[in-house]
Amino acid sequence: MNTRRDSFSYLDANASEPVRPEALAAMVAAADVVGNPASVHRAGRAARAVLETAREGLAALFGVMAENCVLTSGGTEANVLAITGQAHGRRVLVGASEHDAVRAAARAQVVPVGRDGVLDTGALERMLAADGGTPALVCVMLANNETGVINPVRDIAALCHAHGALVHVDAVQAAGRIPFTMDGLGADSIAISGHKFGGPKGAGALLLAGARFHAITPLLAGGGQEQGRRGGTPALPAIAGMTAAATVAVADMAQQATRLAALRDRIEAAAVAAGAQVCGADAPRLANTSSLLLSGRRAQTQLIALDMAGCCVSAGSACSSGKVTRSHVLDAMGFGEDAGCAIRVSLPWSVTQAQVDGFIAAYTAMAGRLPAVQAGAA
Amino acid sequence: MRILVAMSGGVDSSVVAARLVDEGHEVIGATLQLYDSRESTKKGACCAGRDIHDARRVADRLGIPHYVIDAERRFHDSVIGTFADAYAAGETPVPCVACNQGVKFTDLLGMARDLGVDAMATGHYVRRVDGPDGVEMHRPVDAGRDQSWFLFATTRDQLDFLRFPLGDMPDKAAVRAEAERFGLAVAGKPDSQDLCFVTDGSYAGLVEKLRPDVTGAGEIVDRSGHVVGQHEGVTRYTVGQSKRLGNAAMQHGERQMVVGIEPASKRVVIGPRAQAVARTLMLRNMNWLVPPPGPEGLRCAVQIRAREAARPATVWQAPDNGARVELDEGAVPAPGQACVMYDGTRVLGGGFIRRVDAVQAGSEGKAAS
Repeated sequence: MNTRRDSFSYLDANASEPVRPEALAAMVAAADVVGNPASVHRAGRAARAVLETAREGLAALFGVMAENCVLTSGGTEANVLAITGQAHGRRVLVGASEHDAVRAAARAQVVPVGRDGVLDTGALERMLAADGGTPALVCVMLANNETGVINPVRDIAALCHAHGALVHVDAVQAAGRIPFTMDGLGADSIAISGHKFGGPKGAGALLLAGARFHAITPLLAGGGQEQGRRGGTPALPAIAGMTAAATVAVADMAQQATRLAALRDRIEAAAVAAGAQVCGADAPRLANTSSLLLSGRRAQTQLIALDMAGCCVSAGSACSSGKVTRSHVLDAMGFGEDAGCAIRVSLPWSVTQAQVDGFIAAYTAMAGRLPAVQAGAA
Repeated sequence: MRILVAMSGGVDSSVVAARLVDEGHEVIGATLQLYDSRESTKKGACCAGRDIHDARRVADRLGIPHYVIDAERRFHDSVIGTFADAYAAGETPVPCVACNQGVKFTDLLGMARDLGVDAMATGHYVRRVDGPDGVEMHRPVDAGRDQSWFLFATTRDQLDFLRFPLGDMPDKAAVRAEAERFGLAVAGKPDSQDLCFVTDGSYAGLVEKLRPDVTGAGEIVDRSGHVVGQHEGVTRYTVGQSKRLGNAAMQHGERQMVVGIEPASKRVVIGPRAQAVARTLMLRNMNWLVPPPGPEGLRCAVQIRAREAARPATVWQAPDNGARVELDEGAVPAPGQACVMYDGTRVLGGGFIRRVDAVQAGSEGKAAS
């Protein structure tokens, strides 16, 4: 099977963005650094310099102190660290459309989302006030991975703080795609993941608020790295690549958003013409993400048909076996049985007009050919 | 041709995929996830987590795309659920028939058609032959691995779309040799055993969990209703069985067997073999692969258990898509099992054996003895 970049339409950026050339160059350079950043000798110092330069660069992009940028293995670890490391007896409240990385991290109370996919702030307020107002940790995503729907995190954070709650923001899909800073969001912590903005897989960060060192309980104590917040030798090449990618992504953000939105609008117009509806279309959304629902047609079959036509998209969340499960996000938005009938198209930074044209042709052909499944056939 | 191969992760379907690739077809692999493998630790059964992994690695090796199809809910409802219901109704079901017919040859095959492929291939041991009057199903070359009995419910339309490349293989050793030749890591993998979804070795326990209404000990009685013993649950018995009868196994110096199961009263009825023997079988849910017989009936051979020789019989149509089978010599049919008709190696059709009241079965048994 040919998996060269130019031989097919890779439209699954929210699963993983293609690595940016700047990131690849930084990775190669960092991979050639001999030492361990924890070592005292010259090789160790050289490695540490690479690590700290990467940390400072990343922290600056999101408006946090370098020492409050805890480097992790990725978004899941950053989210779990935020919850496990900060909950300490607080109630944990999570949005119904949150990623499994967050949903699986704690026994949480679920805050509903509206039909448009936006967190129900009225319900959140009632839940914060309930239980005698026991302090809470609220986890909310900035942008949803399946629909691209953007939550009003600044308002949510203000509401939470008024009730004495901490706010953790899963910004894995938002980082590098829409502008934000820690203070701008008013959050207490933010999780990001390098490969979602063109870095390599295997690096992420938990960004912590505050003008002073922000302590949290580690998941891995290990050798006390990351100032006791994350043990283990840091993955230097992946971290260097992550910062290089973030730098380019943030610099190109406005221009890319305009470009991708135009391509996205063309895809959505063609999909609607082919009988699809766009989930979350009424809410503010990322420029690169579309959730396209074809009522009564299993997402699984749609994915296979599109893959056979050379288009890589996704649906729901893929479990480790690779089977396609019903989308809990669309379930939470009230789509019922049709929650199993949507695919996600997410445009990468590198997408071309020709790839979008290829997708539109494949999607239109697929939508015209696949019959709706019989009622009752699961 | 563009062919979808149902890959279980075992050696048979892996060889099917490899052969079709070797013959130059465009092959797409698909594996059904039938249940959550995290709950399963059983080895040697199909479609657990390890098997999905193996199927993917074979597909990687062959350079073909591979997809995992979620069929958990459908499998649970249409196979496991009806399996348990049948036991609760006093029958001995054949879940593999329901699985082949529903999840595999209706859902997966339907998806293959939706995707616009030309055919679907499986690793079943059965032959598909293009005959003068259309497509035919035959027993495979390797009689020891014959799966035609389990596939009798395949419709002609489905058969037309299906391919069974292993039907011509002389024996399992030849299949393993093919796997070796293609460099497949699954060449030495053990064959699957028994029911794939029974993970702890006790299907009776599973049935009792799903249908607690039939759980529990009850009486073993003879034909006249005299209590002759106790049993641990009706799901552990099948008509014709002579094990698990304890002290009741011998009555009046005669060896006893189960002649009927009455789930409502949780009674197992036993008697001498003669009382279980019948010459007439009533079938339901018939599938005909040849035109159904006229009033003169159809002379053929019928097979009434998975591993048993076919026996001469005459078959007539009966109302509600049923059939009536007159065996030349009496046998011990178990309600819920399949009765499949053959002409030589060719499958003509088949249906499921209806449950008859134990008393009626007895009168027919006497006529036969």
